[in-house]
Amino acid sequence: MQRPRRAGPLLPPPFETVRLSWGRPEVRAVVYQSLAVLALIVVGWEIADNVAANLRKQNVASGFAFLDRTAGFDISQKLLAYEATSTFRRAFEVGLVNTLVVALLGIALATVVGFLLGLGRLSSNWLIARLSLAYVEIVRNVPLLLQLLFWYFAALRALPMPVDSIALSFGGYLNRRGLYLPAPVGAAALETICVATFAAVAMAALLVHLARRQRQQTGQSFAAGPIGLALVVLLPVAAYVWSGVPLAWDYPALGRYNVEGGMVILPEAAALVVGLTVYTAAFIAEIVRAGILGVPRGQREAAAALGLSKAQALHLVVVPQALRIIVPPLTNQYLNLTKNSSLAVAIGYPDLVSVFAGTVLNLTNQAVEVILVTMAGYLFLSLTISLAMNLLNARLAPVGR
Amino acid sequence: MLDLSGATSLETALRRSLEWLRANLFSSRSNGLLTVVGLWLVWEIVAGFVDWAIVRAVWNGEDGRACAAPGSGACWPFIKAKMGLFMYGRYPDAERWRVNLTYALALAGLVPLMIPRVPGKLWLTLYMLVAFPVLAFVLLTGGVLGLPHVKTASWGGLLVTLVVASVGIAGSFPLGILLALGRQSALPIVRWLSIGFIEVVRGVPLITVLFMASVMLPLFLPPDVTIDKLLRALVGVALFSAAYLAEVIRGGLQAIPRGQYEAADALGLSYWEKMGLVVLPQALRLVIPGIVNSFISLFKDTSLVLIIGLFDLLGIVQQSIQSDSTWFSPETAATGYVFAGAIFWIFCFAMSRYSALIERQLAGSERR
Repeated sequence: MQRPRRAGPLLPPPFETVRLSWGRPEVRAVVYQSLAVLALIVVGWEIADNVAANLRKQNVASGFAFLDRTAGFDISQKLLAYEATSTFRRAFEVGLVNTLVVALLGIALATVVGFLLGLGRLSSNWLIARLSLAYVEIVRNVPLLLQLLFWYFAALRALPMPVDSIALSFGGYLNRRGLYLPAPVGAAALETICVATFAAVAMAALLVHLARRQRQQTGQSFAAGPIGLALVVLLPVAAYVWSGVPLAWDYPALGRYNVEGGMVILPEAAALVVGLTVYTAAFIAEIVRAGILGVPRGQREAAAALGLSKAQALHLVVVPQALRIIVPPLTNQYLNLTKNSSLAVAIGYPDLVSVFAGTVLNLTNQAVEVILVTMAGYLFLSLTISLAMNLLNARLAPVGR
Repeated sequence: MLDLSGATSLETALRRSLEWLRANLFSSRSNGLLTVVGLWLVWEIVAGFVDWAIVRAVWNGEDGRACAAPGSGACWPFIKAKMGLFMYGRYPDAERWRVNLTYALALAGLVPLMIPRVPGKLWLTLYMLVAFPVLAFVLLTGGVLGLPHVKTASWGGLLVTLVVASVGIAGSFPLGILLALGRQSALPIVRWLSIGFIEVVRGVPLITVLFMASVMLPLFLPPDVTIDKLLRALVGVALFSAAYLAEVIRGGLQAIPRGQYEAADALGLSYWEKMGLVVLPQALRLVIPGIVNSFISLFKDTSLVLIIGLFDLLGIVQQSIQSDSTWFSPETAATGYVFAGAIFWIFCFAMSRYSALIERQLAGSERR
């Protein structure tokens, strides 16, 4: 049976003169959209006018010139060179890096914990499956902010005051103000060791890649994992010894009021990373579970029929296919975690929101500019993460189907 | 099952449970090890919690000194003393019946609406969307009919949490539908505006949106207009939630077969008739679980209003912990957070169970 041809309702017959009539969809489209644009312009104009009037009344400057003024405040955790005499622009960068550090740490830890929990949910062991379920149901139904406050104000407050610091065996201290660790001194040797570490990681990656290729071509596999691991551990150690064991350590020492020297991991940072990890892992677990259940049963049975062990079947057959289902929602969780790291402001970790939309906003009063810059910072982070995960997704996408 | 071997039923039961244990807990050596670790974990957590919350807990006392003894557990008198504050904030004692009446009116509409078998859904929906908001507004703010006016600044606790969540839901739902339709629209300018709004809002944290609502919104309005702090937070929450809801609803719109759109066109329905009568009723039904999930997120996110200085349940618990010196004790903070966490958990868990129920029903009706 021949299907009726779709009528082309939008195009008038060629010989008819074009008439402007309300009955024509394209006429309505133009009118509606012009009205929308007009409304937008009017509202935008009104807002801009009001903002200008309000700012004039409050005597607040406008524009982005404040970014180059001296900040005049200190930040408790800075991974970039920063002092009170640095500019507001520098403060923004320090905040952005602090957000990035917490987000990356959280993403890495939450992925590991989440995968373990997701596998736990599917475990044939009844107790493990129930425990994982209980974790997921409890954690994801309680607000993250509440969990962060709990970790910071209840759990970490159980640590002793600075005078009663717990001395750790390797020369560190632990108290309510943070975890104090020996800091490496001696930049030249540090560089050699860093180079060695990078080289070792690159070589290990190449080794794993070659091993996979060999397995795909010949069916033979060799123990690339242990050899690679040995490389990653041994090469930096070799570099350390080769440069004459030059690294001195700056040990923290118990001072009068607090521990001095060394380097410190702030309790705010610890609470934030723990909170974000615990919370996001619950969501990742559900994604992993759905992904693995999404792989057809036949795949697992086929792997068993080929004589692969349970671990091999999981590693070589199930997980690579499950990843295709997992990665898109996982990307969303990574984005959520990054955005959620902004709750740092509630416990005083100096992230982007707390430094910029908090302190800088109070110092400059330039609400519009400060909020816009903060939002731009997060949009930049979100887009970067989306881009990276989309690249990963493109690599995982099914080939030749 | 019939058992012909002559064993007593007790023996059979014993054997069955041993079989179950072997199959589910000790199927292999590594599984047995996992079970032992798991049992130890359960014991540590459950016993630790019971010890803290019941055995070592302090049940009576006038202030924080009662809970200050070393080794004591949860400080329940703190919760007892602050219960009214946690539930109603500084809403005047004499007027609290108005809050309770509002809750009762809400339940009267919501409960029959959520039970699928009860008829008259249209009237119930109309009641919840039109009559209830007016009643709730009049009851809660007062100032008419002889009810004394209560400023929103004195609202607090669970009341604010529920108000922000329900107004956020009611506000974000129509906005989310409009944004989802806008994103699918054939009109390029409408489409790009919707996409821009949705993607920008989804790319930034809620805190920045709330900051924007609390410090930028007043700047946007004419200098002589002041806007209520609670209302500012409501605007922020509703706008934020609408962007996420729009994406959920878009999923439903895309799942409706093209034929449905074309059939509506063939019947000569206008755009709004097509969407309102044919597409949306089917699309929304499909994405009810996603919508409920968005509402759960929204409910949890209401706790963020404490950062812009409103006292929702978490905000007022936090304030009582941090700044009420009569109740300072080592366990006050943990007790407060556990209490607030339990309340949030009950609401969110109930919503997620309801969503799962609806999902099962939808799956059932699909199969038919």
